[in-house]
Amino acid sequence: MSLTISRAIVDQILEQARAEYPDEACGVILGPAGADSPVRLKPMINAAHSPTFYEFDPKDLLALYREVDEKDEEIVVIYHSHTETEAYPSRTDIAYAGEPGAHYVLVSTREEIAPATEFRSYRIIDGNVTEEPVTILN
Amino acid sequence: MTSAAIEVRIPTILRPYTKDAKVVSADGADLKSVISDLDRQYPGLAERLLEDGALRRFINIYVNDEDVRFLGGLDASLKSGDSITVLPAVAGG
Repeated sequence: MSLTISRAIVDQILEQARAEYPDEACGVILGPAGADSPVRLKPMINAAHSPTFYEFDPKDLLALYREVDEKDEEIVVIYHSHTETEAYPSRTDIAYAGEPGAHYVLVSTREEIAPATEFRSYRIIDGNVTEEPVTILN
Repeated sequence: MTSAAIEVRIPTILRPYTKDAKVVSADGADLKSVISDLDRQYPGLAERLLEDGALRRFINIYVNDEDVRFLGGLDASLKSGDSITVLPAVAGG
């Protein structure tokens, strides 16, 4: 298990996370079905507008899944930012993780940590968190 | 039981209950009865949709693309040909 992702997408996610601070930022990266390849970044609105919680709006969520089906894509990555804590899944992240096939990416906007070390990826399945290596392609 | 008439789209995380079927059929005049019928066919599924007899907060159910919370929740009335989509919320802290 590992995640390979382009530098451009990583930078856009970090930029979004900083722009939406102090709220948590969130979104997905889509790719062709079955390829496990994150190529199309799709930032989502954090309907919770909160520094400690994120949630896709239920309407946006349905539209997202419809779009993914129509384009024969898959949700490769589900990402969100932590604003003051490390980029590790919180208890709520683990409790609500509902996509066993997705890479769960966390970034942190807390200032004392360099961005490069704060882009981390996990599998979250049945309450079990497994961190995986991330390869960033320049 | 009459023939199943309502199409229900099952998210990946719940497909272990439906033998990996992405779309299943169920009967019922309202959402509550459809969930009962689903649970009869796929034991354990209702538990994943309901908590203390109410819809789980972090499971979204749509009837013909409308969030069921705006259609009366478990009392939302259904008819033959309706389509239900179940999606786990994407949320966390």
